[in-house]
Amino acid sequence: MDLSVNIAGMKLKNPVIAASGTFGFGKEYSKFFDLNKLGGISVKGLTLEPRKGNEPPRIAETPGGILNSVGLQNPGVHAFIRDEIPFLREFDTAVIANVAGNTVDDYRAIVEILSDADIDAIELNVSCPNVKEGCLLFGSTAAGVFDVTDAVRKVCKKPLIVKLSPNVTDITEIARAAEAAGADCISLINTILGMSIDVEKRKPVLANVMGGLSGPAVKPVAVRMVYQTAKAVKVPIIGMGGISNESDAIEFMLAGASAVMIGTAGFVNPNVWVDTIQGIEEYIKENGFDNAADLTGALIE
Amino acid sequence: MDFRERIVKTETLAKDIHLIRIRSEQITGKAVPGQFVNVRCSNGLDAYLRRPISICSVCPTDKTFDIVYMKRGKGTSLLCGFCEGDMIDVIGPLGSGFTMPSAGEKIAVVGGGIGIFPLLYLLESCNGVNKTAFLGFRSKDAVVMKDAFEYASNKLVVATDDGTFGVKGFVTKPFFDWLNVNRPDRVYTCGPLPMIKSVAEHCVKKKIFCEVSMEQRMGCGIGACLVCSCKVKEGPDFDYARVCKDGPVFPAEKLIFE
Repeated sequence: MDLSVNIAGMKLKNPVIAASGTFGFGKEYSKFFDLNKLGGISVKGLTLEPRKGNEPPRIAETPGGILNSVGLQNPGVHAFIRDEIPFLREFDTAVIANVAGNTVDDYRAIVEILSDADIDAIELNVSCPNVKEGCLLFGSTAAGVFDVTDAVRKVCKKPLIVKLSPNVTDITEIARAAEAAGADCISLINTILGMSIDVEKRKPVLANVMGGLSGPAVKPVAVRMVYQTAKAVKVPIIGMGGISNESDAIEFMLAGASAVMIGTAGFVNPNVWVDTIQGIEEYIKENGFDNAADLTGALIE
Repeated sequence: MDFRERIVKTETLAKDIHLIRIRSEQITGKAVPGQFVNVRCSNGLDAYLRRPISICSVCPTDKTFDIVYMKRGKGTSLLCGFCEGDMIDVIGPLGSGFTMPSAGEKIAVVGGGIGIFPLLYLLESCNGVNKTAFLGFRSKDAVVMKDAFEYASNKLVVATDDGTFGVKGFVTKPFFDWLNVNRPDRVYTCGPLPMIKSVAEHCVKKKIFCEVSMEQRMGCGIGACLVCSCKVKEGPDFDYARVCKDGPVFPAEKLIFE
């Protein structure tokens, strides 16, 4: 039995990837499980310059999920290359650099730098809802996604994944724009823009007022968007949004995803990634599949 | 990895203040004062996140530790449903603890409300140290663990906001009075923001070593997700530190209170 999957020229040992923004640069979770077991790691969103992030509180618990407004706190791309890649490369797992910027030039510059770094792929974050400029502005329209993907494509020497926002009217239009501009793969969904109010204080819970919703609550929206996107584009899809176990992961693969990312569920169960990999393996065995890749799009309609 | 451990005792200390005693070789073997555990309140989707709770006391011989929490939301209400004999899913010890005093030193702890609990573990863990504890509560019915603090310290001062027990007013008043005639080697504080801010600023001004245990809403609890930030000085600028990993204990002079 083969758990490996091929995405955009990358061979992952299994379809389970740690989602950006929930896994730091891997060090913290390496104390809980062997990172060699992961299909890949998408690191904390990187920007050209270091970013301090937003004022706390940055998290609000909601039914079956959380709202966050971290605001891309990160040490900057140069510190990532210098301080984090050596550790990540101690493990046999794909390293995906998630990148964000305020302008098309920012994106192009950071992708140019990372194209010469020891990483396996670049994930273009055009969907962070927690920063004032750029990012989601590009991700909200097909033209915006096309422009930034197109600009980056010209300098990108690594497989290029474009991570889409669910905060759009028609996800298929955005996905097609990414594909047309040269994306090798599409990952979705980033968080859903949300808000929570403390009625005792009559104030927003988050200092930033609004934040991104993740966790089990968003899963049906995410599965639907993966399903629609899979029908709209030919490039492979990495599905995410509320995955907490193998059953959730398989749901995304049946809907058309070639791999999945898991994030928020790790806060509750730090072993969720390895538990999910093991569960997928059992499901394949029990359901007469030969390999994990056969699950992709195997939905009976 | 299995994080489930056995509950050996539960006790209600005061209205809405509850203690859970958990047996765990792993956690008691590693814990130091100031650290916390991250507790799963339910297996369902309500109260989805784990709840960070300070370690209040450790019994190395029985391999048990105590956590004390206040029932105030969904998560802590669910915790009230746990009974002796139940298994509880608890990750820890997490975070960085207090700097322990050396033998012969004089220390003071200043705690308010549910912030007092990590200070008990600290007091119980240092021997040969002159220890004075200042504890503040809302009123008489909120006073908990007085005997344990009395036993673990050389002198205990209790204050209540309404004067129904001990000194009337905020606990900072008797502490600052004491500080006028005493010079401790170290001060440790945990509790409501106005209290810790006032204690920290006072100690920084007097150049007294002071450590503050901070609180913030957490996500992962292990330093990966960057949601539990607190503002710290970084050269001439500021930075956001992770309460769960860089803290919860911070040197007073590093913190920027707002």
